[in-house]
Amino acid sequence: MFHWLEKHPFFFAVAIFVTIAFAGLIEILPNFAQASQPVVGTKPYTTLELAGRHVYIKNNCMGCHSQLIRPFKSETDRYGHYSLSGEYAYDRPFLWGSKRTGPDLMRVGNYRTTDWHENHMKDPAAVVPGSIMPAYRWMFKNAADIDTAYAEQITVNKVFKTPYNTEIPMADGTKATVPLAATVDEAKAAALEEAKVIAADMKDQDVKDAVAAGQIPEIVAIIAYLNSLK
Amino acid sequence: MENRPLEYDYTVAKWFMLTTVVLGIVGMLVGVILAWQMAFPAVNLMAGEGLAEYTNFSRLRPLHTDSVIFGFTLSGIWATWYYVGQRVLKVSMAESKFLMFLAKLHFFIYLLVVVAVVGSLLLGISTGKEYADFEWPIDIAVVVVWVIWGMSIFGLIGIRREKSLYISIWYYIATFLGIAMLYLFNNMEIPTYFASGGIGAWYHSVSMYSGTNDALVQWWYGHNAVAFGFTVPIVAMIYYFLPKESGQAVYSYKLSLLAFWGLMFVYLWAGGHHLIYSTVPDWMQTMGSVFSVVLILPSWGSAINMLLTMKGEWQQVASSPLIKFMILASTFYMFSTLEGPIQAIKSVNALAHFTDWIVGHVHDGVLGWVAFMIMAALFHMAPRVFKREIYSKSLMNTQFWIQTLGVVLYFTSMWIAGITQGMMWRAHDEFGNLAYSFIDTVTVLHPYYTIRAVGGTLYLVGMFLFAYNMYKTMTSSRRVEESELQNASPMGA
Repeated sequence: MFHWLEKHPFFFAVAIFVTIAFAGLIEILPNFAQASQPVVGTKPYTTLELAGRHVYIKNNCMGCHSQLIRPFKSETDRYGHYSLSGEYAYDRPFLWGSKRTGPDLMRVGNYRTTDWHENHMKDPAAVVPGSIMPAYRWMFKNAADIDTAYAEQITVNKVFKTPYNTEIPMADGTKATVPLAATVDEAKAAALEEAKVIAADMKDQDVKDAVAAGQIPEIVAIIAYLNSLK
Repeated sequence: MENRPLEYDYTVAKWFMLTTVVLGIVGMLVGVILAWQMAFPAVNLMAGEGLAEYTNFSRLRPLHTDSVIFGFTLSGIWATWYYVGQRVLKVSMAESKFLMFLAKLHFFIYLLVVVAVVGSLLLGISTGKEYADFEWPIDIAVVVVWVIWGMSIFGLIGIRREKSLYISIWYYIATFLGIAMLYLFNNMEIPTYFASGGIGAWYHSVSMYSGTNDALVQWWYGHNAVAFGFTVPIVAMIYYFLPKESGQAVYSYKLSLLAFWGLMFVYLWAGGHHLIYSTVPDWMQTMGSVFSVVLILPSWGSAINMLLTMKGEWQQVASSPLIKFMILASTFYMFSTLEGPIQAIKSVNALAHFTDWIVGHVHDGVLGWVAFMIMAALFHMAPRVFKREIYSKSLMNTQFWIQTLGVVLYFTSMWIAGITQGMMWRAHDEFGNLAYSFIDTVTVLHPYYTIRAVGGTLYLVGMFLFAYNMYKTMTSSRRVEESELQNASPMGA
């Protein structure tokens, strides 16, 4: 059979394809529909948080930080409850990372504040002596891309039925709703309101001035995102 | 007419040889910069505060991974394809104007993609998935390049004189099919600009899969991009170049059959070992573990087949630096494919995952196996495509030892770093509290990061020697006759 295949390239290629496709079919397909169903308390991202998530991706934060707490005592002691599949239901893409040069960030919103992030992004070693993380000072100057974040919200709402403007059950029994703005301008206005709350806790005068003038620097967006990780 | 030997046309092979060398140096230079940044964070500011955004670790890291994978390695694969393909199919590229055109188109679109990738990664335009960082416009260009290469493979096969496909061709076909399937499925994404009716950045997209599903597809891709980029085509090379250079026949046809079909079947299952103790279902994690261990069989099958090909001719390892490169590559392949399965065992993975041991594993594989084999292939090709002897044998030997030392420093330091960090993360004191804060587990690694940076730098120095040797071979080495090009490549002192 093998000799025959080696003289018939088309069938040879088909045989290879069937052989390699096998594993994907069996491993990936059976769970596909079940996985990624949200757990109670999992909300889609607001426009500002999503813009912050884009800043996170733009700067490849996942190159050094994981967002996956494994079910070991040493990890739950350090980072909080181990990760559940449903918590990632609205994560496109997933940001688990593959290397922990720095600590896990899955629940960083539980134990770090806006103020801490502001100082840390400016000069990590001043906040954590011995840190090898580079400073991210350009985030204080670059403007966050709210338009693209809003475009992504519309896309996921339309294509994947991500539940914006929908009541979502919370862990404490209440309901929460994440609004989806009707227009870009509305989205920007809502993001700016969120940004003002963050900026109020910050010290950098340039950032405060920018937000007061209606702009949203990247640092504000990424802090909104990091604070949402709980 | 029929008795005249075929004149093979190596035009496109030469072009890809050039990009192999250039992108290899670029990718490894960026890697060395990253290594020094981890040892000494001040290097992040090497071009000043103003350019820090583009020179800092996190922005450069994808540039390193993508330029060595899709730059250096892919170029090497294509350089050898446009050389090996003609020779084992007994047909010249010059015989088909269409195939020649396709091959040139292949090269030029590839160059455009390289430029687009470098620009977009430096600007931080990324989908956020490792080794699948490219946004949709680049993905489409990648697919075009890939389809052209496929037409080139099957076109050349279509007009072949040698009816039976040599082992290397099996592996090239598998590379083409495997990457095509993986790349397409993993990069399924929706451009937000169009879906939202023209809002935001035109190049931005959002993944079709979310959370755990996205992770599953990504590591099915990520692991097997390694399989079909770093293993399958490199095995294609060694099956051609080692027998050619040594003048020995492949040791066992049956073993090559077992190794090939075994590899095809088993490799894809192993992707799950990247997700052990994550939120993907437990049974998949165990499947990933088990098949990773089974994977030793076909991997070692090829490696042992290559080592036994040298049976009775081991003196060549001492006399020829080219054989040395290939034998060490094969040995590192065995080593790396033993280390991988060990790390895929659940209890070991609990310790090793997220640490530098994984980084060490990747690099003993790519520096020791992939890069050594690609360089050996290019060395073997050089006298045949340029009709000149290899410029300097002693330079090759020097390069070999400098780079071997570099790899050894790299993986040993990363083993120690990884296991140290993994142990410290989980250490508890007598009251059951965590013994170390996270930063303790970072500062302790400084000496190992420094050693690794030295190792990487040595490897890069070897790359420059390689580039110099190739350049001299191409331009000013002694010219050779066809009769000198039988087996062992002619080399100058």
